[in-house]
Amino acid sequence: MRNLMAILAGSMFGAGLLISGMTNTLKVQGWLDVFGNWDPTLAFVMGGGVIPMALAWAYSKGRKPALGGEFPTFGKPEADKKLIIGSVMFGIGWGLAGLCPGPALASISFGGIGGVTFLVAMLAGMLLAPMVRAKLD
Amino acid sequence: MNQDWLMGLLGGGLIGTSAAIFLLANGKVMGASGLIGGLVDKSGLGNWQERLAWIAGLVIVPAIITMLYGGKPTNITGNIPVIIAAGLFVGIGTRIANGCTSGHGICGISRMSLRGIVATVFYIGAGGLTVVIFKHVLGII
Repeated sequence: MRNLMAILAGSMFGAGLLISGMTNTLKVQGWLDVFGNWDPTLAFVMGGGVIPMALAWAYSKGRKPALGGEFPTFGKPEADKKLIIGSVMFGIGWGLAGLCPGPALASISFGGIGGVTFLVAMLAGMLLAPMVRAKLD
Repeated sequence: MNQDWLMGLLGGGLIGTSAAIFLLANGKVMGASGLIGGLVDKSGLGNWQERLAWIAGLVIVPAIITMLYGGKPTNITGNIPVIIAAGLFVGIGTRIANGCTSGHGICGISRMSLRGIVATVFYIGAGGLTVVIFKHVLGII
């Protein structure tokens, strides 16, 4: 059942990314391009995504996940060095190619050699990340 | 409303609902970089089936939709060194920051998480600066 719900969530996530235009790198770069022909679509995607999720967080209060276990707990929020350096690095890559991890996978079937190259490089980066993280500790 | 914005809102609603299902059913934050990265660096092998199932849906459904209805190209740059650099930065950065657009953006902001908001400000800021420099100043992308 957990796997079934995971497939469902992944499927809806993929369909949502496709429908919203987030697998089109030019739309993402258009959102980031404040000095060019600025494209606000991504703000609508974010807005549309935040609303159901805010309701879900509210509903989760005092309850348990339907399939067992516990909802995630979050420690004292700390905006540490790793959060900021990592986010800046992510932003640079996101700006350069117009892809983030979700759309990179969602578009792999039609993204051509460029999409495959990006995904392989991203996975390599994820493999290297623990080493980089250790240097920042 | 502009057609693209409407599709953005609809698609975004689907994305948010998928994250809501993953939270309320499986009890997990649906962050793409975490779900993928945990398999790559082996830190998340404890629930590898759930992760693979999620990835399978994410890959297969857009493939089917594209096959049936035709797809829009990703328009990714043809500059391979730029793509490799971008992929490495996204892979390392999202794992060090512990999240990307879905985890910090959608799931973090929706619960008013300080870390989610700070991360989103920095990756959008850095992305914006990158596009300005590499597109308008250097003309590479």
